[in-house]
Amino acid sequence: MSYIIDRRLNDKRKSTVNRQRFLRRYRKHIREAVNDAVNRRSIQDMEQGERINIPRKDLSEPIFHHGLGGQRSIVHPGNKEFHQGDRILRPEGGGGQGAGDGQASNQGEGEDGFAFEIDKQEFLNFLFEDLELPNLVKRHLEGAQTFQTKHGGIVSQGMPAKINIVRSMRQASMRRRALTAATRRRIRDFKAEREELLQQDQSPQRQARLQELEDQITKLERRLERIPFLDTVDLRFNHHVKVPVPVSRAVMFCIMDVSGSMNQDMKDLAKRFFLLLYLFLQRNYEKIEVVFIRHHTSAKEVDEEEFFYSRETGGTIVSSALKLTRDIINERYPVAEWNIYAAQASDGDNWNDDSPACAKLIEEELLPKLQYFTYVEVMPRAHQALWDHYQNIMAKHPAAFSMAQIDEPGEIYPVFRHLFKKRMEDA
Amino acid sequence: MSFLSQGSDWDFELLARYDEAIADIAHNKYGLDTYPNQIEVISSEQMMDAYSSVGMPVGYNHWSFGKQFVEVEGRYRRGQMGLAYEIVINSDPCIAYLMEENSIAMQALVIAHASYGHNSFFKNNYLFKTWTDASSIIDYLVFARNYIAECEMRHGVTAVEETLDSCHALMNYGVDRYKRPSPISAVEEKRRQREREESLQKQVSELWRTFPQLQPATQRREEDGTFPAEPQENLLYFIEKNAPLLKPWQREIIRIVRKMAQYFYPQRQTKVMNEGWACLWHYTLLNDLYDRGQVTDGFMLEFLQNHSQVIYQPPFTAPFYSGMNPYALGFNMFQDIRRICEKPDDEDREWFPEIAGSNWVETVKFAMESFKDESFIQQFLSPRLIRYFKFFQIDDDDRNDYVEVGAIHNEQGYRKVRDALAEQYNLSIQEPNIQIVRANVHGDRALTLRHQRSSGRPLDDDSTREVLRHLHRLWQFDVHLESVENGSVVSRHSMPPEPPPAVPS
Repeated sequence: MSYIIDRRLNDKRKSTVNRQRFLRRYRKHIREAVNDAVNRRSIQDMEQGERINIPRKDLSEPIFHHGLGGQRSIVHPGNKEFHQGDRILRPEGGGGQGAGDGQASNQGEGEDGFAFEIDKQEFLNFLFEDLELPNLVKRHLEGAQTFQTKHGGIVSQGMPAKINIVRSMRQASMRRRALTAATRRRIRDFKAEREELLQQDQSPQRQARLQELEDQITKLERRLERIPFLDTVDLRFNHHVKVPVPVSRAVMFCIMDVSGSMNQDMKDLAKRFFLLLYLFLQRNYEKIEVVFIRHHTSAKEVDEEEFFYSRETGGTIVSSALKLTRDIINERYPVAEWNIYAAQASDGDNWNDDSPACAKLIEEELLPKLQYFTYVEVMPRAHQALWDHYQNIMAKHPAAFSMAQIDEPGEIYPVFRHLFKKRMEDA
Repeated sequence: MSFLSQGSDWDFELLARYDEAIADIAHNKYGLDTYPNQIEVISSEQMMDAYSSVGMPVGYNHWSFGKQFVEVEGRYRRGQMGLAYEIVINSDPCIAYLMEENSIAMQALVIAHASYGHNSFFKNNYLFKTWTDASSIIDYLVFARNYIAECEMRHGVTAVEETLDSCHALMNYGVDRYKRPSPISAVEEKRRQREREESLQKQVSELWRTFPQLQPATQRREEDGTFPAEPQENLLYFIEKNAPLLKPWQREIIRIVRKMAQYFYPQRQTKVMNEGWACLWHYTLLNDLYDRGQVTDGFMLEFLQNHSQVIYQPPFTAPFYSGMNPYALGFNMFQDIRRICEKPDDEDREWFPEIAGSNWVETVKFAMESFKDESFIQQFLSPRLIRYFKFFQIDDDDRNDYVEVGAIHNEQGYRKVRDALAEQYNLSIQEPNIQIVRANVHGDRALTLRHQRSSGRPLDDDSTREVLRHLHRLWQFDVHLESVENGSVVSRHSMPPEPPPAVPS
């Protein structure tokens, strides 16, 4: 007797947990490979899988087994020319094994490693492992300003529109049974007695008793009828509760200097930084909006294409961009509903008198609203006044403000990691 | 009779008809004794899953299975490897997997091979009868999986993983080779597990008690006696029962790995026979179907092409040669037994007087039931097969700078080749012989193992060190391993490593 079963629709990913365990165990190797890949790849193709190579010796599952040496005997098939007593010189460096075995084991060790692919999702996970959005926790807890209505059980009071008919009828049925049980039992007894009397010969006493029984039965049946089919106490209502939903959306302000001193290379550097930040935010929030603000002497909100590729000339007033950021926040992104991040990239050039104003703007008007502000300077040269003022801010607000200097593409990722490294002391 | 089907497509009704036809021949013509079959159709992805969990339908989670999966998946995706046509599980009912991509000829081949060949082997071979309990294995696997998942929740994934790693390293030494194990059952396991936890801990505490004797009346072990009284071959069992500091859940995990080792132990000893038997029957059964006119010529051609690939033995000079193909050796040996029974020649009558001319079905069944690879080859490898495979035997001695051909496929060589080949399938020779000889209960609690070295074959240094590290993790006190040959210690490993002996200046 055989049973034939179609299992094709069963879960296909039975090994997922085991695969995860494997990745977890070798995360050190994988992270190295991912870091290499980040420095090698352009930012546009960051979102794809990667091939990982792990040296086989690191993967071994050791068991007791014999090593080379000693006396042993081996049987092989396919003899063509050997006779008993033939002596064959051991191949050079092939170890002390027979021809076939020696070759096989050499080849086995010769493989340079255990190679496999991780997919895009896993790649990004490793890329951002150990990174934590600064103050991510804070807004999740505080930002409970939106609500969702959820089923909250059954209650005995409510408005007619929410009556739960099934539950109400069940309740009524139970009540009727409970209240009529004793009466129905007595009716049953009386009827049984009446039947018995009717079977016997008639006599005056029995006639009287019969009449009495009839009266009782009628009385009790009338009582039964008085029990209502549905009573107000039976009514049951669906209940709904409002559950606060933590905010999980973020807006990211990209602020970039497009004055004459910024050339295309610098903009590319800045772009990579912004993209990395964007990818990173994407993993932490359900919804992400990006606002691009570019500035020279005046600031303007633009789309992505214009942000990265159009050129302008002129001087630089950073505070114009910061003011615009503030205005946009006030206008469109209520602090209670949005996690707000700002990243500024510049070559450090600013009109000197403007820098104190920038510092003041950031410290007093922006930081209280922002989750985090990062500043990257994409210019390998001596810092100017802006850098000094920002450094003061960083000293005062280490949890919400950070800055770094980037000289070449390879440096972006380490700097990024540094800026967003999980802050253990905050947790 | 008419054809069961034309063309290569299959559907469930057709599978049932083929299964019925094959079962009819297997049971009624040849009297094969099988468990009921449960044939499951799965996709190639599911086949990869089954593959990487060593063919168990339910397995506990461990990174090593993930590693296997990643490797199988990678090689399959790159097209370097086809998937196995079948996986079959020693359970009652006997579960066999069919891959949906296969044609009906392949499905019929797999049904005959797995559901009637392997199935009857599992049910009747003496090793499987002694060591495994097909009716309870699935339940036990479920128990093991849940227990380990629960441990992970209570004690953390890392702690459980470390314990499992260590157990896996010693898995091959978690088997009683000579004692019949008690049957396993999930219900029983669960009921007894807590009980065991408590009593085991008590027992261990007693063994390692350091306080002076409180009640003089209680008999304790002889102070000067060594412990254990006899060398212990089942390392995992000894550790489970006697390691001083293990927690109850760790002991239970050791037990689970031991039970797995025990379940797989017969399979490791019967690769040639098991595959040979299954090949013999898929070959015989499908040929019978053809003789009855139930399958087409095209069906047979496809089947035979696959069959000959499976039982191909490359010569040792082939670049892809990797030792004996158990399918080839096993199939040819069973076919050869049939030939000896049906058409014996003088040589056969001389070598196999008891079976020459006997009923072949009875004889192959007897061979299947009563042997393991080593004794099977020893008993049934005929000179004709040695000539067919052109076997030759090499003596390899590291004291010489050459290897010597000890025997070839000729009159003087047959017995030597046969002995040497049988030896190659003897686990107790292929695996180092290692036993626990002493646990220093009164002193530093050090554990001493003895490796009985033979023919000067040393242990592999690197892996031995790693395994000892795992053993040390379980035992948690010093572990020593002495290699002994001809009564004297030839080498010694310790964990933690001992400093080299001080040289007197």
